[in-house]
Amino acid sequence: MIIGTIVDGLVIDHIPAGRGMELYHYLKLDRLQCEVAIIKNASSDKYGRKDIIKVGEVIDLDLDILGFIGPQITVNVIRDGEKVDKLHPELPETISDVIRCRNPRCITSVEQELPHKFKLTDRETVTYRCVYCDTKAPKQRFH
Amino acid sequence: MTKDLIDILDLSREEIDELVAKAGDIIDHPEDYRSKCAGKKLATLFYEPSTRTRLSFESAMYELGGNVIGFSSATDSSVSKGESVADTARTVECFADIIAMRHPKEGAPYVAAKNVQIPVVNAGDGGHNHPTQTLTDLLTISREKGRLDTMTIGCCGDLKFGRTVHSLIAAMSRYENVRFVLISPEELKIPENVRTEILEKGNITYEETDSLETAMPDLDVLYMTRVQRERFFNEADYLRLKDTYILTPDKLQYAKEDLSILHPLPRVNEISVEIDKDPRACYFKQVRNGKYIRMALMLKLLGGGLT
Repeated sequence: MIIGTIVDGLVIDHIPAGRGMELYHYLKLDRLQCEVAIIKNASSDKYGRKDIIKVGEVIDLDLDILGFIGPQITVNVIRDGEKVDKLHPELPETISDVIRCRNPRCITSVEQELPHKFKLTDRETVTYRCVYCDTKAPKQRFH
Repeated sequence: MTKDLIDILDLSREEIDELVAKAGDIIDHPEDYRSKCAGKKLATLFYEPSTRTRLSFESAMYELGGNVIGFSSATDSSVSKGESVADTARTVECFADIIAMRHPKEGAPYVAAKNVQIPVVNAGDGGHNHPTQTLTDLLTISREKGRLDTMTIGCCGDLKFGRTVHSLIAAMSRYENVRFVLISPEELKIPENVRTEILEKGNITYEETDSLETAMPDLDVLYMTRVQRERFFNEADYLRLKDTYILTPDKLQYAKEDLSILHPLPRVNEISVEIDKDPRACYFKQVRNGKYIRMALMLKLLGGGLT
């Protein structure tokens, strides 16, 4: 299977196999007007299989979401057909509206317009807690 | 110091010590503080019923020479029309200098604080935080013991839903040589996050037991709690657990002579009324201390511009 080479754009690489579509939605790539290709089950020396997303424009990507979801994911920035940068997203201090607080006692359960915001409280165990009620975030990371 | 007090850990140990010292000075020299907040208004936004906390905040502001506005239940306010916490707080900011908010949902005072410039004090948000109760407990322990370090504190009853216990442990863990004995039935044991993120991470000595009698001889402070009906989704669980620990004179016979018995109140039946006469009972002194520490806190949060 051949997907055209990108001249200017992004290659989101090392996505765990089968999770590309989820990431597509998390990153709201459906809202883009440019070409976007999701490659599922590509062969990978490191992981066996992986997903890749190619975006046909250099867009402002939310690296915090990538850092939260999968520390192994990388982003190659392509300009004029050349890789000019390789980004390694880091664990963000806070994340907004990626996951939802499930505590029925949390204020977010009754006030729908509030952002669902979580803060990193333990880097070692990668624990995120709701900024409103301190409830532990559900695990959404790709491992 | 931050603009608001949402969580007891918003305060450093030094700031807590400063508030405790200030409250002590207010107790000793109340006349010096009678007009410190003249011209200031406290808004008490209480979305659920409370006797002690609301009256304590209000009397604290009156004793500082200020005034009070507010509501004491959600049905008395625009909340009943569906107004958001943020909009209510923004509206109240136009009328008041400081807000004390109690809300049944966890995080509501945080939302208010993020939407206004004036200080917001969390006066209890569901089963989550109640920092001014913790300050009250710390002032009481400090006045009864003459210190906040080097002691064994027994926490008894509902350690799972009892927010005052979680905050007390978080605050007292910052003092040296403090040891905890956690006394509860299996179903109401301290939550995993308090155990791992405060006690174990802080290398704090603690033990868990279901026997109040066994723990009693070691204790310098006994912090009793009520099994709270409003925290249970299941009435049957509440009824099964509510009478697990009742403190009676019998159980105190092995206690130290200088034990201090605290309770955040209201009590139902977990402390027998016979104990009220015992000099070791501190829970009504604790209520009085609550007013003084709230005076100290409001003075600090209102900062400059006071008379």
